[in-house]
Amino acid sequence: MTTTSDLLLEIADDELILGWRDSEWTGIAPSLEEDVAFSSIAQNEIGHARALYELAARELGTDADALAFDRDPGEYRSAPLVERRRMDWAHTIARHFLYETADEIRLATLKESDNAEVAGLAAKMDREEQYHRLHARMWEERLRDEPRFRDAVHELWPFALGVLPPEQRATLAQHVGLDEVDAVERGQHSDELRELWEEMTIVRRSVPGATW
Amino acid sequence: MIYEVFRQEKKGSAFAHAGSVEAPDITFAQAFAHEQYGRRQESEALWVVPRDAIHEVHDFYDELHKTYHRVDGYPLKEKLRVARERAGTARDR
Repeated sequence: MTTTSDLLLEIADDELILGWRDSEWTGIAPSLEEDVAFSSIAQNEIGHARALYELAARELGTDADALAFDRDPGEYRSAPLVERRRMDWAHTIARHFLYETADEIRLATLKESDNAEVAGLAAKMDREEQYHRLHARMWEERLRDEPRFRDAVHELWPFALGVLPPEQRATLAQHVGLDEVDAVERGQHSDELRELWEEMTIVRRSVPGATW
Repeated sequence: MIYEVFRQEKKGSAFAHAGSVEAPDITFAQAFAHEQYGRRQESEALWVVPRDAIHEVHDFYDELHKTYHRVDGYPLKEKLRVARERAGTARDR
């Protein structure tokens, strides 16, 4: 059984790692405008991660920074989809489109949560995610007939299914217009996550217990 | 394609030119403008307009110095002073 804090951590880890990955485009996105837009989306994702960690931290008796940076890479609950290091733009947009589509389904369920704080936060996040979806969809519409983009969507599809619990996957398949296949599940981490973790936590690990 | 962006800072205030974005179509332009001129909560609303839609009017000549078209063509202060003196209501100052 998944407890509330487990679920919050799954989503928070997804948002933190994806925010980090998306920010790898800062300064090198295809156009200046896209650079600003994609970097802003990356910052939003990290902001969502912070809010989710804060909520989970209260239940677990710790704080958001400790959850974000003091766990071992193996303890992160992020989906393999978000862990992949900077790919080409076609794959990046394919991941963005698949993730945002999955996230919409996940947030819709969360907004109905019995836990008022969880439902409230989900509603707040969803208002920002609306613009992420708009951004993802306009790119998807533009690239959907490009073979490189189509291949990228197919390649990442089993990873995208792994973002959601099994009972929500049929809805994702319906929204994306692909058949459900075996998902790449959470819990398996690539070496890429460890590399990212080294980078992401280096400052915090350099002076343990420092306050900023 | 270039789109000009106008920004409204507060509800009810006038839109002022904020800058421009380059985008392949209006959907992209709106999304780019949203992030570029709104991510710091600095805008209440934006107008995004294709640059082609803007028709500039310029060349304002005033060869004959028709200052009477201008507000400052009628310096009122002096007239007011004279009128007040005549009426005996001149203020000390």
